[in-house]
Parts: sequence; C-alpha cells; structure tokens
Amino acid sequence: MEHVAHKKHPNYMAVFGGLFALTVLELGVAFLPWSKVAIVLMLIFLAVWKALMVALYFMHLRWETNRLRLMIIAPLPLAAILVVAVIQEFR
Amino acid sequence: MAHASHALDRDMMLPPAEAETGSGVYTEKLGMWIFLLSEVMFFTALIGSYLILRVSKPDGWAAPNQILNVPVTAVNTFILICSSVTMVKAYAAAADGNQAKLKLWLVATVLIGATFVGVQVFEYNQLIHHGLVPGGFVAGRELAEAAASGAAFKGGPALPTSGGLYGSTFYTMTGFHGFHVTMGVICMIFVTFKAFQGKYTATDHRGVEVIGLYWHFVDLVWIILFTIVYLI
Repeated sequence: MEHVAHKKHPNYMAVFGGLFALTVLELGVAFLPWSKVAIVLMLIFLAVWKALMVALYFMHLRWETNRLRLMIIAPLPLAAILVVAVIQEFR
Repeated sequence: MAHASHALDRDMMLPPAEAETGSGVYTEKLGMWIFLLSEVMFFTALIGSYLILRVSKPDGWAAPNQILNVPVTAVNTFILICSSVTMVKAYAAAADGNQAKLKLWLVATVLIGATFVGVQVFEYNQLIHHGLVPGGFVAGRELAEAAASGAAFKGGPALPTSGGLYGSTFYTMTGFHGFHVTMGVICMIFVTFKAFQGKYTATDHRGVEVIGLYWHFVDLVWIILFTIVYLI
C-alpha cells in the first residue's frame, strides 16, 4: 500500500466556475445592442481572460519555473505582431 | 568501418556529461511544451488568415447565430471545459496516488471529449443539411436560396452571396480543432489503459501530466475559436 502525503492542489472547481461564468457572460455580450467594435473588444478581453485561466491554473504555468514561462511567452507577441502587421496591408 | 562511422554519429549526438535538463522540467514535459508552441504557430496561421480575410472582405460573413447554432456550440464549449476539469482532477488524483480517482477522471475525460467530437459531427451534419459545405452554399438548399433572395435572414442582414469564404474558413478552423480533440481522445484512451495497468504512481505520473497539457491547450484554442468564429 502506497502511503503518500496529499499534495495541496489549487481549487480547480473555482476555476471551472470562473470559466463557466465567463462563457455565460460572453453569450450575453455577443447579443447586446452595443456597437460592433465594443462587442468585439469585450469578447476578446473575455476570451483572453478565459485562456489565461486555463494556462495558469489547469496547465500550471503559475507554478512553473521562470525559464519555462519565458520560453512559452516569447513567441506570443511575435504571433500577434505577424497577424496585426498583415491585417494593415489588407484594411 | 561502417560500424565505426555509426558509433561516431552517435557520439556526436550525446550531450556533455552532467548536462542539466532543459528549463528545469523533465524531458517529456519540455518536449510537449515545444510541440504546443509549434501548435501555437499552426493555429496562429489559421486564425490569423481568418482575421485578415474578415477585415479585407467585410461582407463575406454571416452574423452570429444566423447560420451557426450558437446555443448548441455554447453547450459544447461547456462540455469541453468540463473535460478540462476532469483532466486536471485526474492529474491531482495521480499526484495524490489515488488510483481509483485517477481511473475515474481519465475515463470521464475520454467520454466527455468523445461527446464534444460527437456534437461537432452533429453540427456539421445540420449545416450540410441546410446547405453550408466548405465550398460555400449548396445550390437549391435553404442557405443558397436565402442568399440569392438578398433578403434579411433570421433577424440579421442578408447572407453573403456564395458563402465560399465563410464555409471554407469555418470548416478549416473547426475541422483542424476537431481533429486535435479526436487525436487527444485516442491518446487519452492509451493513457487510461496504462492507468488501469497501474503504471502511474504518486512519484511518477509524467504521462498524465503531459497528455493533460495537450488537452488543456486544445481547450484553450477552442476558447479563442468559439469567440472569433461563433460570437464575432
């Protein structure tokens, strides 16, 4: 019989509750009678918030080493710059 | 001589003695993160192309809920989030050495993940029935006739004339994501079998953590896709 001291885990159900609440909020925002720009900005903000919650808590990035986090974050601005730069050409 | 040459090749690839593991994490996890970063660039290409097309051709798209079934997809989004929770619960159970819960949560993740794929197949079936295929609207079907009439459709503006851009970008992005979920379910079945064989312990459960990283990444990509494809 393996005796292991239980590790302390984050409150995953709270994260789940947050993701559920943000998804409901997204559905509400998407059909609000606001300007399209305001709705798009709000929806992107909510999507990034949800994505961060998954990355930080479910993928445990919050507790990873700084070197690994830096490696993971480094390409993200490059991906964003690529898309934003090319969009300028086609506007 | 041939043997000596192969030995030399092998020696060239050996790391220096006492080499540390990369970034302070074990090799399999680092490998998965590097793979996921290549996936970031893959999905950036897909999502970026979609955004560029939307900006360059603003009248080629339908409004939210005109063609795509947002309520069904919202439920499917909830289903995928649930599978991320069961996955992370499986990881916690493995870390605690709780074999019964590890198996339970892994089986739940497989079933919920397969349900997501099933709902996506149902959605595709409905869309094809209404006349949206990757090439655009199918002549003679509901959507093609609504587009041809030029009238307002389902409380929104008139549909784009051919639906070609709409159909191709929709099926490409959601299709590649669905393919990733399907591959994840297959890998998860493999990990679940290993869990039933007692291969994961509190001190070594690398396989559960590595498949979990992939699974959460696929969930994360869906969060972005749901917003830009279905809600914007």
